[in-house]
Amino acid sequence: MYSAQQVRKDFPFLKKKTSKGKTLVYLDNAATTQKPVQVLRAIMEYYEEKNANPHRGIYELSEEATEEYESSRAAAAQFVGAESGEIVFVKNATEGMNLIANSLASAFLKPGDRVLISAMEHHANIVPWLLLKQRKGIELDYIELSPDGTKLEENWEKRITAKTKVVSMTHASNVLGTINDVRAICAAAKEKGCYTIIDGAQAAPHLQADVKKIGCDFYVFSGHKMLAPMGIGAVYGRKQLLEEVPPFLGGGDMIRRVERQNAEWNEVPWKFEAGTPNVEGAVGLKAAINYLQKLGLQNVRKHGEKLTFETLKMLHAFKHVRILGPENTKEKVGTVAFTHAKIHPHDIASVMNEHSVAIRSGHHCTMPLHQTLGLAASSRASFYAYNTLEEIERFGNALEDAERIFGVK
Amino acid sequence: MEMYSETVLRYYELPPNKSKIPGADKHAHVDNPLCGDEITVYLKIKGGKIVKASFEGQGCAISQASAAMLLESIEGKKLADVLKTGEKDVLKLLGGAITPARLKCAFLGLDALKKSFSEQET
Repeated sequence: MYSAQQVRKDFPFLKKKTSKGKTLVYLDNAATTQKPVQVLRAIMEYYEEKNANPHRGIYELSEEATEEYESSRAAAAQFVGAESGEIVFVKNATEGMNLIANSLASAFLKPGDRVLISAMEHHANIVPWLLLKQRKGIELDYIELSPDGTKLEENWEKRITAKTKVVSMTHASNVLGTINDVRAICAAAKEKGCYTIIDGAQAAPHLQADVKKIGCDFYVFSGHKMLAPMGIGAVYGRKQLLEEVPPFLGGGDMIRRVERQNAEWNEVPWKFEAGTPNVEGAVGLKAAINYLQKLGLQNVRKHGEKLTFETLKMLHAFKHVRILGPENTKEKVGTVAFTHAKIHPHDIASVMNEHSVAIRSGHHCTMPLHQTLGLAASSRASFYAYNTLEEIERFGNALEDAERIFGVK
Repeated sequence: MEMYSETVLRYYELPPNKSKIPGADKHAHVDNPLCGDEITVYLKIKGGKIVKASFEGQGCAISQASAAMLLESIEGKKLADVLKTGEKDVLKLLGGAITPARLKCAFLGLDALKKSFSEQET
């Protein structure tokens, strides 16, 4: 039996009291998650016993650091159904998207080539392309949303044209929660000869992502959204493509040989990892993956669905609340965004804060999505393994209080 | 709660000066794309004094109420004194404790006021 109460015991942060003297209801997991003691300990142990610069020294300690770093790569690979040699460590999903966009563009994109994304993308899958639009003259196209704004439009395939070279799509929306059929998207894109990139920042923590089943060329995820520390993320890349595209960043560790006027790159995946890597982050990621696998990602998912269901039910009792995104919990990750007809999202978040309930208000790094929905901002609650039904109740009570303060009838 | 005092909520719901001044001597628009808050300030100036100050806008309670309170407070004041208006004055008007994340909202009206002075000459 999955017990969130039991899980909470592993999270020191969740025991702390807020300035209001209450325990914090942390519902901003789509932004970042809290860390279990197992992850914190792994980082501590790494520094207490194994810290050295990996891939450098001949001495035993450096070999141990290398072993820690590379075994973490193996864990990350296994987590998404890949081989170790196909995983590049980056600092976060955003850096991963920049790496892929730039390396792909250097190798394969010409002015006028088109990149297809969707109207529900995070800025991490928009801005790198806008930079390339300025620098390289590529064009950006969008798959629109369904009329109710909850998922991709029907017949999204038609947006893939002869000029489309890259299809880059989020696996799950960080606002709507919508899970996209990335398998079908990659299949349709492949048929037209496009490169495919999937942003898994929101999906990887909840769904058992399998890059081979998805059939993508690249998949990106972030450690800190799945119990690992900040500053570590991973890019999966199809081995052959990683061989073909040039490095993104240059410097130490990513080279085989450097001469005054020339350099040869290191082998994949190290050719994409310039400078001293974030070993503590990688070690923390391995510990987080171990922790999640012990809980069982399918159990975490089921728990998230239950919390989402209860939240939707609770929000339905508020007649001025408009829920963004699908309402079928099977179609979304544990993220519920909403607006209130009478209260601005910032005011909602401030009242929530008084109740020690942390939800997010703003555009959540999806300004084009909010423009598409005709909104400037929204409120968002997002769940993870340790959230409880009692917390959803406190969230509901705080929303009631916001209505009371603002005299909403 | 402190931040949403009765006064703040009253100014948010029924701002006494939410209108455009046709032929205003100064006006300026500011927005905060992070949350969509917008304020346009209008000033009517006569003999070195603010004779009328008003605004149009949309957004959260803090941004709208603080703009309303600030502009009401400068009416009838000398231009030279109004130029000295700062963040402290706005916080004093709002009374309660504004949390750090909301300071941007609180100062949006002040930003618009300052911009109206810097953008055009009377």
